Amino acid sequence: MLEADGVTLTYGATTALRDVSLTLAPGSRTALMGQSGSGKSSLLHCLAGVLVPDHGRILLDGQDVTGLSDRERSRLRLERLGVVFQFGDLVPELTLAENVMLPLQLLGAGRAAARGRALELLGELGVADVADSRTGAVSGGQAQRAAVARALVHEPRVVLADEPTGSLDTVNAEAVLDAMVALSGRIGATLLVVTHDNLVASHFDDLVLMRDGAIDSSRTATVR
Amino acid sequence: MSTSTTLLALLEPGPAYGYTLKQNYDRWFARRRPLAFGQVYSTLARLTRDGLADQVEVESGHGPDRRLYRITAQGVGVVDEWVFAPEPPEASAAGTLHARVTVALLSGRDPADVLARQREAHLTRMRALQAQRRGSTGPELLAVTYELAHLDADLRWIEESGARLGAVREQLVAAREGDDDARG
Repeated sequence: MLEADGVTLTYGATTALRDVSLTLAPGSRTALMGQSGSGKSSLLHCLAGVLVPDHGRILLDGQDVTGLSDRERSRLRLERLGVVFQFGDLVPELTLAENVMLPLQLLGAGRAAARGRALELLGELGVADVADSRTGAVSGGQAQRAAVARALVHEPRVVLADEPTGSLDTVNAEAVLDAMVALSGRIGATLLVVTHDNLVASHFDDLVLMRDGAIDSSRTATVR
Repeated sequence: MSTSTTLLALLEPGPAYGYTLKQNYDRWFARRRPLAFGQVYSTLARLTRDGLADQVEVESGHGPDRRLYRITAQGVGVVDEWVFAPEPPEASAAGTLHARVTVALLSGRDPADVLARQREAHLTRMRALQAQRRGSTGPELLAVTYELAHLDADLRWIEESGARLGAVREQLVAAREGDDDARG
């Protein structure tokens, strides 16, 4: 369970989040929508422990993560979260496989075991043939599938994605989203995807809309 | 679009003659094809027969009688139901949505609510289509993605319209005040 409890975040004079409360049930799949500047990415970064709110708490399985040190939050992200950004943010000096291996190796897995698991996952995502290519040598769609694999390879409790298909065409976007939904479903992870795209949102069961740094409760729906 | 319900909605602000109703209908709803007078009067006769409108007075003169119509409480209920009931979400289903949002704006109902209900109906249908797409191949896949793309386009219009409601409402108020001034 991942929760934001009365979260407020400011950037200088600008209030990005105003007293936002949100609960993501275990295994839920939610699209977080809103116009540019509505606060959706700020909320995702707070939930990911990348940003620390000025007020309020972020609770992961009941544990308040806002009081943790940077190092402790990094460790928590590594162990229990998977994050996908719009442009993948893969390490360009590494191959796709090496990028996917990273979380496992940081958690103590041996190189051979990590590579085996990475290749398995890249195969499921249809990019095994470019596993040993560097990110600069593959297409945007292939790199983004590797980013999804990297976010899921260590079977996190929660997967957070910020416009994960924003740089992809419709067909590649569908493939990436299908994979993300299927793989996170298989490991029972909670999935939250930030998007401004209704077609992307239609892949998810729940919909949360943000406006002016707050959740628009009149337009927040759960449809199953 | 339901011409009869839209005409009925135009009676909500107050009683009107058929001629005025036709003018208002053409102004707000019939951008390409003005309503024929014959259709206005036959629709009013039907609405009266069904108890949704009634005649307040009949003015006799040298020409044909002029009949002043008003909406009944039952008629208001019919407009209410029509405005807020989402269209069945299917490709190019947003045809009457424009009319329902306009009626909501003209009648003081909440147009954002109309849009939100339609949005939810569209997203529900899109979720079902995404599930169908995952198991589809060949022509079925093309049909499913065709519908998805059209519903997505409708939703973009719904989003844009939501952002424009304030400005459009102000323009309608200004237009109405102009009408009142012209009537003296």
